Amino acid sequence: MKTKSNIERLLEKGEFVVTSECGPPRGSDAEAVRKKGNLLKEVVDGVNVTDNQTSVVRMSSLASCVILKEMGFDPIWQLVCRDRNRIAIQSDILGAAALGINNILCLSGDHQSFGDNPKAKNVYDIDSIQLIHTVKTLRDEGKFLGGDELKGTPSLFIGAAENPFADPYEIRAMRLGKKVKAGCDFIQTQCIYNVEKFSKWMGEVRERGLHKQCAILAGVTPLKSAGMAKYMKKNVPGMDVPDSLIERLAAVPKENQAQEGIKICVEMIRQLKEIEGVRGVHIMAIEWEEKVAEIVKAAGLSPRPA
Amino acid sequence: MIVGNRKPLEEILEMVKPYKKILLLGCNECITVCAAGGEREVGVLASELKLSRAKNGGEIEIKEHTLERQCDFEYIDQIKPFVDDYEAIVSMACGAGIQYTAERFPGKVVLPAINTTFLGVTLEQGVWSERCQGCGECILHLTGGICPVARCAKSLFNGPCGGSSNGKCEVNPDTPCAWQLIVDRLKELGQLENYEKIIEVKNWSTSRDGGPRTRVREDLRIPKDS
Ligand code: SF4
Ligand code: SF4
Repeated sequence: MKTKSNIERLLEKGEFVVTSECGPPRGSDAEAVRKKGNLLKEVVDGVNVTDNQTSVVRMSSLASCVILKEMGFDPIWQLVCRDRNRIAIQSDILGAAALGINNILCLSGDHQSFGDNPKAKNVYDIDSIQLIHTVKTLRDEGKFLGGDELKGTPSLFIGAAENPFADPYEIRAMRLGKKVKAGCDFIQTQCIYNVEKFSKWMGEVRERGLHKQCAILAGVTPLKSAGMAKYMKKNVPGMDVPDSLIERLAAVPKENQAQEGIKICVEMIRQLKEIEGVRGVHIMAIEWEEKVAEIVKAAGLSPRPA
Repeated sequence: MIVGNRKPLEEILEMVKPYKKILLLGCNECITVCAAGGEREVGVLASELKLSRAKNGGEIEIKEHTLERQCDFEYIDQIKPFVDDYEAIVSMACGAGIQYTAERFPGKVVLPAINTTFLGVTLEQGVWSERCQGCGECILHLTGGICPVARCAKSLFNGPCGGSSNGKCEVNPDTPCAWQLIVDRLKELGQLENYEKIIEVKNWSTSRDGGPRTRVREDLRIPKDS
């Protein structure tokens, strides 16, 4: 084991891991974090804590991680390259490790034009692949980017996101290869609705042997309605929602669409679990955290292993 | 070339409010080519300013003048004989030209009529597009001749990000994703294996981040008499 991470431990035991997500509140109320945490307690093996997702200002990801850690979670600290240069990034990594955070998810971050401060300056001193490498260098070589040695190395399980559906498709597996080369231990994918296309991507991933070098957790997001499905298809860049899914949701009465969405999500998890190289599932139920327990249970993934 | 936009009339009117005699100074280089601050645009702005003033019962005397360049003293000095006849200079050069004109006449108010935007190219008549940010350490040989610093909204060196969709950038559906262009070009060049190499963290000290930059060619300098 490289770290004290719970998900690393379970992956090493060969368990199919389950992670979920908790978005920090738009205010300084710690209770809001705990409330979301309570919905996920004993339901999942690790909780991602988003870093000013969609560029909307929220409570700091690291602070929220610490609150969840105090509740007994093993948080997955998301860190984006949008807001910090390499000085702040390295410093925050050391601080996170000192606070007992065991997992980091390295991301580029959404562009600030999507959020509530579109006039902000972005940083992007380094990109997500360079960030992965930075964490690895700190952890495994005990060195700062500047070359100096550090006293006390941060033991973080290194994750990254990957979108198998973004363009250009032909480099998606290659790009995962770059992340693995940079030092990535696990991957959480963008939410999958097109299982067929995902399987094809996984085939390419296996061809390159990447599934053996990093654990791939397949991302899912339950759809609340046919309207949400249509919206995502149309407005979220790099999101592949097949028409058949939208039609299936539209075919049930409005008041039952959410339940149908959960059903689809559970079916999807069962399918994804069968794909060689998929080592777990990442359930992103944004502002719908109360449904995660139900999904995990219905997918036959409950209770979680100790 | 350097590309810029003329500021909106209201903003320029506000700046020249205190003055009755101004020198409107165009530039015959890039800013002429991108149709923002050449002789023609100087004429248009002068008429607009005079009309607005007249409408409000005021008056303004404007001398229109366009220099070969506003980034060399020898050209700027051509306005020396008459510059003192005016209360302020409104420069229609790029940000460099505006500053250099101001530097040459320290006692004179120099106002900007141009928002300088980027280093770019003419895509077609009337359309210009950004290409370079002058980062000081060019990596175009690694990226199929397409610049990720200037053309990727996140300046990613190992892109694309997950937001690349149908060849477009997540930030704007009218803007091509630089990394889609890079991958396409590498493919065309038979260099897709270049994509697999990780581009290491950039040295930004050669860029603006390292502080204002100066370039010296000692061999070209004219020795100062001792
Ligand atoms: S890499 Fe730097 S110098 Fe080269 S085109 Fe891009 S910004 Fe300009
Ligand atoms: S979509 Fe392409 S150009 Fe836009 S930020 Fe992402 S990688 Fe850069």
